[in-house]
Amino acid sequence: MNDTSTLKSGHIQGETGIWEMVIGLEIHAQISSKSKLFSGASASFGSEANRNVSLVDAAMPGMLPVINEFCVEQAVKTGLALNAKINNVSVFDRKNYFYADLPQGYQISQFTKPIVGEGEIIVDLDDGEQTTIGIERLHLEQDAGKSLHDQHPTKSFIDLNRTGVALMEIVSKPDIRSPQEAGAYVKKIRSILRYIGACDGNMEEGSLRADCNVSVRKSGDEFGTRCEIKNLNSIRFIIQAIQSEAERQVNILEEGGTIDQETRLFDTSTGETRSMRSKEDAHDYRYFPDPDLLPLEFTESWVQDIKEKLPELPDSLKKRLVKDYGITSYDASILVEEKDYVDFYQQAANGRDGKLTANWMITELFGALKKDNLSFSESPITSENLGKLIFLISNGTISGKIAKEVFAEMMKSKKSPSEIVKEKGLEQVSDDSEILKLIDQVISDNQDKVNEYLSGKDKLFGFFVGQVMKLSQGKANPGVVNKLLKEKLK
Amino acid sequence: MSELLDLNLVEASKALKNKKISSLELTKAYLKSISNTSSLGAYLEIVEDKAIRMAKESDKKLFDGTARPLEGIPIGIKDMFCTKDIKTTASSKILENFIPTYESTVTQNLWNDGAVILGKLSCDEFAMGSSNETAAKGNVINPWLKNKKMSPGGSSGGSAAAVAARSALAATGTDTGGSIRQPAAFCGITGLKPTYGRCSRWGIVAFSSSLDQAGPLTRTVSDAALMLNSMAGYDQKDSTSANLKMPDLMDYLDKGIKGKKIGIPKEYTQDGISEDIGKFYEKSIDWLRDEGAEIIPVSLPHTKYALPAYYIIAPAEASSNLARYDGVRYGARQEASSLDEMYELTRGNGFGDEVKRRIMIGTYVLSSGYYDAYYLKAQKVRRLIKEDFENVYKKVDFILTPSTPTTSFELGKKQDPLTMYLNDIFTVPASLAGLPGISLPVGLDKSGLPIGIQLIANSFDEPGLISTARVLEMSAGFNFIADGAAK
Repeated sequence: MNDTSTLKSGHIQGETGIWEMVIGLEIHAQISSKSKLFSGASASFGSEANRNVSLVDAAMPGMLPVINEFCVEQAVKTGLALNAKINNVSVFDRKNYFYADLPQGYQISQFTKPIVGEGEIIVDLDDGEQTTIGIERLHLEQDAGKSLHDQHPTKSFIDLNRTGVALMEIVSKPDIRSPQEAGAYVKKIRSILRYIGACDGNMEEGSLRADCNVSVRKSGDEFGTRCEIKNLNSIRFIIQAIQSEAERQVNILEEGGTIDQETRLFDTSTGETRSMRSKEDAHDYRYFPDPDLLPLEFTESWVQDIKEKLPELPDSLKKRLVKDYGITSYDASILVEEKDYVDFYQQAANGRDGKLTANWMITELFGALKKDNLSFSESPITSENLGKLIFLISNGTISGKIAKEVFAEMMKSKKSPSEIVKEKGLEQVSDDSEILKLIDQVISDNQDKVNEYLSGKDKLFGFFVGQVMKLSQGKANPGVVNKLLKEKLK
Repeated sequence: MSELLDLNLVEASKALKNKKISSLELTKAYLKSISNTSSLGAYLEIVEDKAIRMAKESDKKLFDGTARPLEGIPIGIKDMFCTKDIKTTASSKILENFIPTYESTVTQNLWNDGAVILGKLSCDEFAMGSSNETAAKGNVINPWLKNKKMSPGGSSGGSAAAVAARSALAATGTDTGGSIRQPAAFCGITGLKPTYGRCSRWGIVAFSSSLDQAGPLTRTVSDAALMLNSMAGYDQKDSTSANLKMPDLMDYLDKGIKGKKIGIPKEYTQDGISEDIGKFYEKSIDWLRDEGAEIIPVSLPHTKYALPAYYIIAPAEASSNLARYDGVRYGARQEASSLDEMYELTRGNGFGDEVKRRIMIGTYVLSSGYYDAYYLKAQKVRRLIKEDFENVYKKVDFILTPSTPTTSFELGKKQDPLTMYLNDIFTVPASLAGLPGISLPVGLDKSGLPIGIQLIANSFDEPGLISTARVLEMSAGFNFIADGAAK
């Protein structure tokens, strides 16, 4: 194997030189809507099979689609959040193909005139760098149903609950150059969608899925032939699939082969992609404007209204956090990653030391949650309680060391920090006379060391502090201990 | 009995409201005539019990003075309309046992206004045809020249035959390229295709969504007005339905046409028209002039491209609309060992030749590499045809044309599909432009077959169309009854 440790991510070392990846993503985001895109049926997840199916979804004869305006609004909102051009006239097309879980025999989508045009987003990378990824378009479309092939030895079962659920397909430009960038891009899109509430971004439930177009080239060359990896439902799989697919392509090219344009699937058990269908087998979708639906038209003022109602988005929020709370840009970018994080943070940090709050949240809370395998929403510590903890530290009630003990207890018992401090008697001792008593004891117990110190062995000062702290069971205020000890040992 | 059948819709309605007759006796008379004329094959399904039940309910309302506009009127419904709990097949084998759980908006409007259903009427399979010969259960026979077995036209052949044979007081039809007007002309009755968007398409089996439009087939223009009053209306379940209130058409029956301008398109008077039709076309022009209309020669220059454009657009939409008949959820399924094979067998056995032909044409014209040359070009032609009409309507109020180039033809005389398509040459342009058109009988040809004349109005001018048609109807004084009609 080649030594890849010095390679930039997204680069692959071949015999003939370094290969660069070119990646474009199509993200399918399910709109958080109670009902489907063209029917009144419920769009909820996890119902019994075929419960959420209207006559329209089942494509009964003579049934007609009627656009769900809420979904249109979400698409426009998303377009605005992606800094994209909103097309005030767009058209629904039929994408025709036969499949058992596609009742109409066509998917209603948008082909030549999507609701949202070009835009761009800023993506934060792990090394603190930023990069801009272009958005090609966003369009509205219906989801298909689900075929179940494992319910019967010879038959396939069809569940139409998902049929007709509203999706936004967000297509990036081929601006992505590494699997990590792709991951960061998806994270950013997901974060934006959650901020504006257009999609819950839940990848496990399939609310957010991505198709990845991957090709490789030597730096400066034209784009190579691409393969599309379908239906990836986690950021980890996206990163793995792109890496493995790019390596596959490099191996072929290095051996003098050519890449066949095809659709591929990612096998999560092997970590590799395999062919699903070649270009020759590709469907001819026979797109044409859906005559059952009028073009989607809206006024500029309607778009403006939506724009004015947009919540603060991660990029501007990040700047504001740095300014208002004095935290680092790096911490801010972690906090704005998820709307839940930033809401939590702002509640906890309200009226308190912002920097300290950010540290505790990012290092301690995220670490503890990860250790206990809990999601953020499952956190036993509420923003209110974290805020109280910060308050207790800042006003000297407890030391940082004690605070960690209190924090651990909060994770276990969900109790408030003041309750824990009181129960366990952990208040910091700052009273001079109390501490002087402890100091006197330490001096009398260690007369020999005192002499050494007084004869010039300054390093021993730390030893005395440690002894006093130990004696106080960690409750003595280290600042006061320091001050009093210095005076005493003059 | 005969007296009951002699009443047209408006007369019957008046007699019902004056309690001269009851809906039950009227309905029974029609049920009887359905059985007397059963050899015509107009009905696919007769719902006698339901008809009797509805008639009795109507009689109650007539008795207690709460009668609605169509109270107690027995009508037939083209099998393209989904009717709740009544088999709806679109005359296709693929839907042979399909019973909808829902009622189309147009038929629901009719029941809401008190109409009584007699049964479902045959038509060309999925409304694709001009002779009613593509129906899975076999053709319908035109009640005119009964012994010669003439075509009732199509696709609403069952509807036209039933009204002409007096086995329904009125019927619903659907018109995509002439499917109401051409059979009305062949059967000597009135057929009205409203403006696209006037009647909801919800619950009507779709053939070509941008063209399909429901309308009435009736004995007279006033009957058509009364029927359309009930059928039309905005429906939020159909995104293409027009949110416009239609005035009560009965108010427009006797408005006259003094000072109105009637356009005579030169493109409609050229070759291919039978001599008798040409003669009655001339007569119709004279009648309208005599009633005070101004006759103005006009040109619709793109007319000759209408038929080719239609036979690209309609099959293209049909190929997609009919994809849902796949055997997966409803309808006849042919079991097979793979999904693709199941599709092939189900659709191969379920659709007739004409439907298959149009699905293939439609699939072809939408295919990549052919889309621009066919579908896109046809859409451009459609726009030009629309503009032709828009230009003409700056100068005239209505356009007068023959409904068909020939009168009815004998059934079973194998015609090639292209000759058959020519039947719609005068009706297709208005369909492509979405305009309202009406065909009414003005006379008989030498062999004794009815001749239909078409009036085309501007968008949403059904009121004007009714006024003008009524004048022509009075002038023509067509009062013949088909020899095959129930007596």
